Amino acid sequence: MIEVKNLTKLYGDFIAVDNISFTVNKGEIVGFLGPNGAGKTTTMKMLTCYLSPNKGEIKLNNLDVFENSLDVRKNIGYLPENTPVYEDLNVIESLEFFAQIHHIDTEKRDKAIKRVIESCGLGEKLKNEVSELSKGYKQRLGLAQALIHNPDILILDEPTTGLDPNQIAEIRDLIKEIGKNKTIILSTHILSEVEATCDRVIIINRGKIVGQDTPEGLKLRSEAANVVYIEFEGKLREAEEILRQIEGVKNLYKVDCDLPKVHRLRIETENDLDLRKEINHALQKNEMELLEMRKEKASLEEVFRQLTSN
Amino acid sequence: MRNIFAIIKKELKIYFNSPIAYIFLVVFLLISSMMFFMDFFLLGRAEMRYFFEWLPIIFIPFIPAVTMRLWAEEKKQGTIELLLTLPIKDIEVVIGKYAATSLFILLSLVLTFSIPLILGILGNPDWGVIFTSYFGSFLLAISLIAIGMTISIFTSNQIIAWILSTAVFFILLLIGFPFFLNYTPEFLINFFENLGFMSHYRSFIIGVIDSSDIIYYLSLISLFLLINVIKLDSRRYR
Ligand SMILES: Nc1ncnc2c1ncn2[C@@H]1O[C@H](COP(=O)(O)OP(=O)(O)OP(=O)(O)O)[C@@H](O)[C@H]1O
Ligand SMILES: [Mg+2]
Repeated sequence: MIEVKNLTKLYGDFIAVDNISFTVNKGEIVGFLGPNGAGKTTTMKMLTCYLSPNKGEIKLNNLDVFENSLDVRKNIGYLPENTPVYEDLNVIESLEFFAQIHHIDTEKRDKAIKRVIESCGLGEKLKNEVSELSKGYKQRLGLAQALIHNPDILILDEPTTGLDPNQIAEIRDLIKEIGKNKTIILSTHILSEVEATCDRVIIINRGKIVGQDTPEGLKLRSEAANVVYIEFEGKLREAEEILRQIEGVKNLYKVDCDLPKVHRLRIETENDLDLRKEINHALQKNEMELLEMRKEKASLEEVFRQLTSN
Repeated sequence: MRNIFAIIKKELKIYFNSPIAYIFLVVFLLISSMMFFMDFFLLGRAEMRYFFEWLPIIFIPFIPAVTMRLWAEEKKQGTIELLLTLPIKDIEVVIGKYAATSLFILLSLVLTFSIPLILGILGNPDWGVIFTSYFGSFLLAISLIAIGMTISIFTSNQIIAWILSTAVFFILLLIGFPFFLNYTPEFLINFFENLGFMSHYRSFIIGVIDSSDIIYYLSLISLFLLINVIKLDSRRYR
C-alpha cells in the first residue's frame, strides 16, 4: 500500500510537485497520467527514496520512507524512466547482480532468474551483452530487474515505451496478473493502456493532482459525455423551440449542413442525462423527420486534455 | 558484507567485460617494465629503483583511467538511480566500488612480480626494500583511487573526470618537488611538501616504513571516501 500526504518537491524555486496526496491500495493498479513535465517522474523518485521531498510524508506498507528507508526499498520493484541498464554486463550477469543485492539464496536464485526471464520474454538474449540489446529488450530487462525479488510494490515509470505491440500486450497482461495481489503505480502517456490495465487513474498537471477516478468515472466528466448530434428535416426555428422545452437540454448549436431542408444541431445536455428518447419523441410529435442521431463518444483523451490544458 | 561483495563482483565484471581492463594491464606492464630495463641494462643494477621512482608518474594518467567511470558512467546511463534505490546503504556502494578498483590495481601490481622474480634468479636483490616499495606503491595507488573516484562523482562525463583527476594528481606530485618549493613562500613550504605525495612515497622505496606516511595515506583515503558518502547523501537533503 502506498500512502502519500501533502508531498511537495522544489528544484531550486521551481515547484515540481505541489502538495499532492493520494493512496494506492494493495491489489490496485493505478495509472499516473500527466503531460510532459507534470511531475510524475519526480514523484516516483520520491516514492523510491531516491529523492527527498521538501515537505510531506510517504508511507509504503505502513513504513515511513525516510525512517525505514532500507526496509522500504526491500519491497519495491522500480523501473526508472528511460530504463537504465548496465551496458557492460550481459543479461544473466545483470539479473544475478540484482538477485544478490536482494539476498535471494543461491538455491532460489536460479529459479527467480528463470521466472523473470520467462515472464519478460528474455529467453533468446541471455548471453548477449546488454549494449547489444534493442531498446525493447532493454526495457524487458529493466522490468525483469524490477521483478526479480517478487516485490510487493511496483513503481514503473513508462513501462511500455519502446515495446512492440505484441510485447505491450504481454507486459500488460503480466502487470495485470501481478497486480492482483500487489500494489502497482505506473506512469504512461498511452491512454488506451490506462483503460486496459488500470483500476484507477491519477491525473497530474504542473505538480498538482487535477483528477482522480476510475477510467470510466473520468470519462463521464468529459463534456462529450453530454453531447448529442441530430440531423433532421423540418423547420429549424420550430425545432429549436421544441427542443429547448425538453428538461435537461442546456444549449443548442447549429452545425453546417449542405443538404436542402436538412438541418444539423449539436445538443448539449446536463450531466449524465441521456435524452435521446425524449428528443426523438418531441420531433416526431411535431412531424419532423429525424434522419440521424448520434451521442458523442466520451474519451479519456478528451478528459485528459480538458483537465491538463492551461 | 554480502552487499559489498555483490558490488565488487559487478564492478570487476564491468572492468573485464570491456577491453579497457586488458588494454590497461598490457600497456601498464609494458611501460613499467621499460623503467625496470633502464635500470637493469643501462645501469647494470640488480634493483628496482627506477621502476619504483617512475611508478607514481605512471599512475598519474593510468589511475584516472580506471576511476573515471566509477560514478560518471552510472550517472550518464542513469543506473545510479537503480543502484541507490536498492536495499543497500550508500556507504556499502562506495566501499564496494572502491574495493573493486583497488583490487584491480593490486592485480596490475602483482603482474609486475615477474620483475623481482627475474632479479632473484639473476642476482641478489634486497627483498626488504622491494617489499616496502611495493607496499608504498599500493598505498599511493589506493589513495589516488579514492581521489579519482571522488572527482568522478561530481560529473557525468568520463573524459572530464579523467582530465580533472590527472591534473589533480599532477599538482599533488609537483608541489613536493624542490624546484617548485624553491619558489614557494616560506611558511607554505612545509605544508606543500607534506601535502604532496612524493615525500610520503620516497621513504618506502628506500626501505623505510614510517607510521606518519601510513597515516597520511589513510587519512587521504578516509577523507575522500567520506566525501563520496556525503555527496550521495546530499540528494536527500530537504
Ligand atoms: N534535476 C532537476 N532539476 C531541475 N528541474 C527538474 C529536475 N528534474 C526535473 N525537473 C523539472 O521538474 C518538472 C517535472 O519533471 P518530471 O520529470 O517529474 O516530469 P514528468 O511528469 O515525468 O514528465 P515526462 O512525461 O516528460 O516524463 C519538469 O518541469 C522538469 O523540467
Ligand atoms: Mg517522466
